[in-house]
Amino acid sequence: MSVVIKVEGLSKCYRLGDISRKMLYEDLQRRWARFRGKQDPFSFINDPKAAQRAEAREVWALQDVDMEVRDGDVVGIIGRNGSGKSTLLKILSKITAPTKGRALVKGRVASLLEVGTGFHGELSGRENVYMNAAILGMTKQEIDRKFDQIVDFSGVEKFIDTPVKRYSSGMTVRLAFAVAAHLDPEILIIDEVLAVGDAAFQKKCLGRMSEVAREGRTILFVSHQVAAVENLCTRGVVLENGKVKFTGAQSDAISYYVGSFTQQSSSLRERTDRQGNGQIRIVNIEFRDPDGRTLTTVQSGRDVDVYLFFENDTPAVERPALWVHIQVKSGLDVPVFSQSNLMTGESFEPLLPERGAFVCRLRKLPLPSSLFRLNYIVNNAPVGGTLLDRMDNAVELPVEGGDFFGSGQIPDAHEGVCLVAGDWRVQADAVSSSAPAPAPATVGT
Amino acid sequence: MNSLPPQKGRSEGLAGENTDERPRAAACKDSSPANCATPEDLSEWTQVLSPDRGWFDLRLGELWRYRDLVFRFFRRDFVASYKQTILGPLWFFIPPIFTTLIFTVVFGKIGQIPTDGMPPFLFFLLGNTAWTYFASCLTRSATTFSGNAGLFGKVYFPRMVMPLSTILANLLTFAIQFGLFLALYLVFWLRGSPIEPNWRIVILPLLLLQMGALGLGIGCIVSALTTRFRDLAYMIAFGTQFWMYASCVVYPLSQIPREWRWLFILNPMVPIIESLRFAFLGGGIVEMWHLAISAAITLVLLFIGLVMFSRSEKTFMDTI
Repeated sequence: MSVVIKVEGLSKCYRLGDISRKMLYEDLQRRWARFRGKQDPFSFINDPKAAQRAEAREVWALQDVDMEVRDGDVVGIIGRNGSGKSTLLKILSKITAPTKGRALVKGRVASLLEVGTGFHGELSGRENVYMNAAILGMTKQEIDRKFDQIVDFSGVEKFIDTPVKRYSSGMTVRLAFAVAAHLDPEILIIDEVLAVGDAAFQKKCLGRMSEVAREGRTILFVSHQVAAVENLCTRGVVLENGKVKFTGAQSDAISYYVGSFTQQSSSLRERTDRQGNGQIRIVNIEFRDPDGRTLTTVQSGRDVDVYLFFENDTPAVERPALWVHIQVKSGLDVPVFSQSNLMTGESFEPLLPERGAFVCRLRKLPLPSSLFRLNYIVNNAPVGGTLLDRMDNAVELPVEGGDFFGSGQIPDAHEGVCLVAGDWRVQADAVSSSAPAPAPATVGT
Repeated sequence: MNSLPPQKGRSEGLAGENTDERPRAAACKDSSPANCATPEDLSEWTQVLSPDRGWFDLRLGELWRYRDLVFRFFRRDFVASYKQTILGPLWFFIPPIFTTLIFTVVFGKIGQIPTDGMPPFLFFLLGNTAWTYFASCLTRSATTFSGNAGLFGKVYFPRMVMPLSTILANLLTFAIQFGLFLALYLVFWLRGSPIEPNWRIVILPLLLLQMGALGLGIGCIVSALTTRFRDLAYMIAFGTQFWMYASCVVYPLSQIPREWRWLFILNPMVPIIESLRFAFLGGGIVEMWHLAISAAITLVLLFIGLVMFSRSEKTFMDTI
């Protein structure tokens, strides 16, 4: 097995901010400096001050990414939003060039960042197949050869000479995917946007992709859906903030990815991923039982107090509408529920002490045994206020199975991410509203 | 860098067989010394994606491989253009006829601009048809990046495919409209109008090529500049209008005082339109050196345009 994609020190920098006259001015200054053989006035080598200035205006979507993909690998690239997955994909599919480093590719690459690129409503299905396939890099001979297969796969033979604008959206997508599915590159780059659509279509996409994978083609699949990566890929690469954090077998990569949400072990006080002006900061979060005992794990169905210890630098400032919000998310980053003093309609004293804790009691914790995480927001006012402090994935909330239903049954996390109390009974005289209605009572008697 | 030609088809001659020294040397020259430490390493890769922007890297081979796509886009533009209109292909003829009528009335009758003995209607029609072809080459190439950002952001193909296909479509439109000109020309000729076609009409294809190249060149310059700053995109709309009035479309060059003619010769469109009139209608001022200057300016602008285009096509998606 030979290496077909070799990525060496790949970095990509984006400039932030508006494109404006100021930018034109900077561009001209850079050009002028380069023309005279001087150093770039906005480069930040040897100048820490400039470095700060520049850092605020530039963002590195990818930083020193090294990676090798071998022939026949099916690699899942996973990472949260903003981790650089899409940027990597764009560079590999030649949509944009890297800022530093390079990527070497062996063989023909086809990238599917979207199905149906270049479809035109006025043209017939047949013409659109040719159009779309040509955009994706097929030659006319190849398309001629595969045309029947493509139409067969799409199931729209009857309408192949009808303008595509008369198609239902499902037909369009099927036709578009049929073209994509019959590309014949050595390397296929697929974005997860491909996996939108109804469940049946997703299944078909994934099915076709695993077929392609079995044929020994190299596939790069980008997703933050762990399930899709699990089904399709043999190897995984985890990206985080533009850097490769893990490379290895698919299952190891997934467990690393899921684990990475909770590995931020440093204490809250030292965390650097805060947002907000910091006039009030949450410096520690603890879970306690109603008797005030600190808990390391919380049990399903028990009452629990969430203590958000704060430090207030501005004790003299009145904050009549202070809003404290917590959100609990599952291990796969799905929000489960939120709580805030706005929801419960409670407001705090306008003057807060320098130190203290916001305490929220969660009654009868409706979470099954699993590892959850907590986000919080402290804001001056619920609407239009200044953000004081905010952190995502501030702490983890380990939940142990408990007797939530009071029946001795310990609910399993696989049955759902939250628990709802309920009652069951049999009602003999119940009538379905869709059943023939009983004779209406006569009005007036 | 990117100077290794993409291989056609699957797995043919990717590695060992293709040990031609030339691409290796070229790759080495362009890249930084660090990358050059193992130059033999690069020849087995089909593509090298790096920040280096080719200074003048047209990659004609790649463009040739995508010739089908040029044809597809051309067809799409053309087929889809007058769908769902009642008059359909008549729309190819309506704008030139009405514009020419307006020109004839406003400039010919009211403005009393002499046409050097050529029938005014044919005079204006020929100028307008040629100008329309050039102007649409220019404006369509100028919106290559901004108008196709959605497509370019999703898939890679040589970006030059887009302007080339629109130039083809414009050529076909020109051919149709020129057919109209020829038909009316025949009518005027049969009725004994003083028009003198001469052998110089063989120059027509060359002039068409030149107008296409000029439109493409300026279009590429504008297109490359508008990836960051959109100002030029607004300028282009009234700029072409303005340029038309400076290009002898509604008056002959003979109307310009002799001491100012040199300025008009510097406008590459003036000799083109004057030559067309001279070839078909037998009037106008054409000298070889006018055409030479015009051709030279065209080549320079085309060259600058292609350089700017190839320099910006790799990263324009970041700023557009």
